[in-house]
Amino acid sequence: MKVVVGHLYPDYLNIYADRGNMAVLARRAAWRNIEFDYRVVGFGDSLRPGEHDLLYIGGGQDREQALVAPDLAGRRAELEEAIEGGAAALAVCGGYQLLGQFYRDRSGAELPGAGIFDHYTVAGERRMIGDVLLECELGPDARGTIAGFENHAGRTTLGSNAVPFGRVVAGFGNDGESGFEGCRRGRALGTYLHGPLLPRNPWLADWLLSQSMARRLGEPPPLAPLRDEIESRAHEVASGRAFSRGGRAN
Amino acid sequence: MRAAVLLSVEVTLARLAGRISRLTGAGGGTTLPGKLLARINPDALGSLAERLPLGSAVISATNGKTTTAAMAAEILGRRLRLVHNRAGANLVSGVASALLGRRNADLGLFEVDEAAFPEIARRIRPRAVCLANLFRDQLDRYGELELIAERWRATLAALDPAAYTVLNADDPLVANLGRGRQRVVRFGLDDPGAARERLPHAADSKYCVDCGTPYAYEAAYMGHLGDFRCPACGNARPPLDIAARSISLLDLEGSRFELTTPDGSRTVELALPGLYNVYNALAAATLARVLGATLDEIVAGLGRFRAAFGRFERIQVGDRTVLMLLVKNPAGANEAVRTLVDGGPPSLAILALNDEIADGRDVSWIWDVDFEPLAECLDELVVTGSRADELALRFKYAGLDETRMEIVPDLGRALDRGLELTPPGGELPLLPTYTAMLALHRIAADRGLVRPYWESAA
Repeated sequence: MKVVVGHLYPDYLNIYADRGNMAVLARRAAWRNIEFDYRVVGFGDSLRPGEHDLLYIGGGQDREQALVAPDLAGRRAELEEAIEGGAAALAVCGGYQLLGQFYRDRSGAELPGAGIFDHYTVAGERRMIGDVLLECELGPDARGTIAGFENHAGRTTLGSNAVPFGRVVAGFGNDGESGFEGCRRGRALGTYLHGPLLPRNPWLADWLLSQSMARRLGEPPPLAPLRDEIESRAHEVASGRAFSRGGRAN
Repeated sequence: MRAAVLLSVEVTLARLAGRISRLTGAGGGTTLPGKLLARINPDALGSLAERLPLGSAVISATNGKTTTAAMAAEILGRRLRLVHNRAGANLVSGVASALLGRRNADLGLFEVDEAAFPEIARRIRPRAVCLANLFRDQLDRYGELELIAERWRATLAALDPAAYTVLNADDPLVANLGRGRQRVVRFGLDDPGAARERLPHAADSKYCVDCGTPYAYEAAYMGHLGDFRCPACGNARPPLDIAARSISLLDLEGSRFELTTPDGSRTVELALPGLYNVYNALAAATLARVLGATLDEIVAGLGRFRAAFGRFERIQVGDRTVLMLLVKNPAGANEAVRTLVDGGPPSLAILALNDEIADGRDVSWIWDVDFEPLAECLDELVVTGSRADELALRFKYAGLDETRMEIVPDLGRALDRGLELTPPGGELPLLPTYTAMLALHRIAADRGLVRPYWESAA
């Protein structure tokens, strides 16, 4: 078995330890003898139709995001084709924003988005910073809590048909008001949560791996369970942090 | 007249509070007097600083400010009476407390927090400012680097025109702050032999400040610091006024380099290892020079210097030694790891991760550190602190087998366990985050191994 991963702009978008997410996917694949074929997608590299099983895009500082945005927005058609073709995707923080319709900063200037997710983002006065806990249901056998950390000025508003990634139990989420966090389109997920996201939420890492393989197999295969004791304890501590000091919507 | 009397009453009250803090065991009194004074009279900081006949110098940076300030104090301290926030309390309250704690000083020498620099500079009106580097650090607290740089730029613009600005020319974002300014003195490394093959994973500021093109590096020394040039528009490292050449890193024992200045070149022997301490020494030398130190004083002061509190500090515990290296962000931790591994790969270490405000509540930064070389050489790792599990996960996914890790959240017990695993005569590397370092120091002080930090700070 094999999973081909395309990591978009890792040199530019890596602010909140995105490579931790990649390390978790790679190790959890290797422990199950699944080949993890990691490929970088940089400026001007085209996405060949059907090449990737999983696409990943992380977050960057404002300057890096502005450098990347025009190139990414120009990929709308090829990203659309990859997602429609069954590729799974994970977009974190800035990457999540840039896969929406647009990002408008404090001065009113807009960065174009790739339009994969039906949402738009407008920078707010105050950054929303803190630990977060979500409840997510991605399928009958894929539900659970997700513990992470958020740090964003953008308020993201979902379109009327958009599905959130999760419901906020503690923390701010997309906009600090709606109670929603992130966005989901089939196997493609977008979220503000870093920390990084996957190490202390191993069930989500496995869901992504399995969904990535579903593109070739037709169905998501079951994965052999792993010993996740440290992961569970880290999840527990982080969940506690979200309750005790996560952001509060006003 | 009335204002002066009032100030002295306020000062007396605030000093008293510091004494009570120490007597009651609440802490070192390194911030409380200043906090109290700021509450009673927010302008007191400026008034106290104004009394210093030679004025003040301020040092800020993401990494190395405590060591740099301590080195500058070693250089200048034989000739001048200094007031210096040596214990690392580097917010407004810490600087005010230092000023309250020392009468009759000639010169103020203050390390200041990156975010507190604008307010402190505005209040104390320094005659020299040293800005040494900007790395990603506690983004939950400080925000993005560009934002800090913009605030620094505005602060510099409001300084006294006669003030000196000492800048690290190797850091693109910092070097850029000198454009169009008078009385700027720039330092940097000039030794391609000490360069790294490539930028590390989490390098920041690697895109041209003018046009966004990735910089080409003639030499990359540490993080994004180096001899940079934009291949598209020509923005490049400015010429160096003070440089380090012919650098030799002597394992964990120290380093040696040629300090090149307009007054000539001299060999500097440092008792601290690692390229990052060469940068700290250069920053201290350049600042001391604009404050009037001679080349002889600089070379002698740097030669005398020993580790600052918790920064490559050796603590003797019976026949074993603890080697404490503060880690607080990816760039600093990368240098600590590299210095340790290059100095003879350790087979045992303790890592401590807390997530208080001073450590950063967001612990994701540990995934940006290149811990892999350490994971490869360790036979045993003790992880501790309030987020010990996260550290264990970091090393698990770096490839260290779970059976080689012990998770001991309690700092004191982890220290005991580490010492138990250390052979007699052996050295135990201990890498804590900020509040874990303070707590471990307190534990060592309670056991009589070190003096409390406020005493060694006196």
